[in-house]
Amino acid sequence: MSIRVLFFASLADITGMRETTVDAASVTDVNSVFNHFVQTFPAMEKHRSSIMLALNTEFARPGSPVKDGDELAFFPPVSGG
Amino acid sequence: MATNLPFSHQSAEVRVFRLVRDPIDIQSVVATLQKPEDGAVVVFDGVVRNNARGKTVKFLEYDSYEAMALKKIEEIGSRAKSEYDIREIVIVHRLGRMDVGECSIVIAVASAHRGAAFDACRFAIDTIKQIVPIWKKEFYEDGEVWIEGGH
Repeated sequence: MSIRVLFFASLADITGMRETTVDAASVTDVNSVFNHFVQTFPAMEKHRSSIMLALNTEFARPGSPVKDGDELAFFPPVSGG
Repeated sequence: MATNLPFSHQSAEVRVFRLVRDPIDIQSVVATLQKPEDGAVVVFDGVVRNNARGKTVKFLEYDSYEAMALKKIEEIGSRAKSEYDIREIVIVHRLGRMDVGECSIVIAVASAHRGAAFDACRFAIDTIKQIVPIWKKEFYEDGEVWIEGGH
């Protein structure tokens, strides 16, 4: 019962990882997953307002509910092209 | 031709949306795209620049959430084809390390007339820069910085 969590670019640098999991029973929505990681990585807090969220490869909102088996990605504003 | 990553999408004739790690051969992309009925092929060639924010850039690295990036590029290509009067659009974005002067992205649009091709190409690159999960890291003489957001 877990949610796969991905970090990219500066957020991967802050957390020191690109991928991990959280116990699905301990979180309810995207925001609660973010808060879970802020406890461990306080430097994530300053990205809270600018961060982009994707749930199962589709853009999501802080209030989007999460469930077992979901893939949740946190990343900064994009800069490709 | 550049190597395709596993997420590449195979269309009926041309692999129109691709993420690659090898250099992009623009002439090959255009040659594969162009057909006799096309009166215009507009090509956007995104080039690695030697300067940014007043600093000298040595090289770039692009990181990506590849599964989502390809999905979003496919959506942008589909929107371009439905919203503009074009025949076909090809989008190839390179990932990994790139030196100054190298091509990071090529967008090629074929249509009967130039107006729609220019408009669709502009739409595609502008939208890619807003929503496709790819990030650029600039490497300078004295450090490196992730670029975040529009540029």
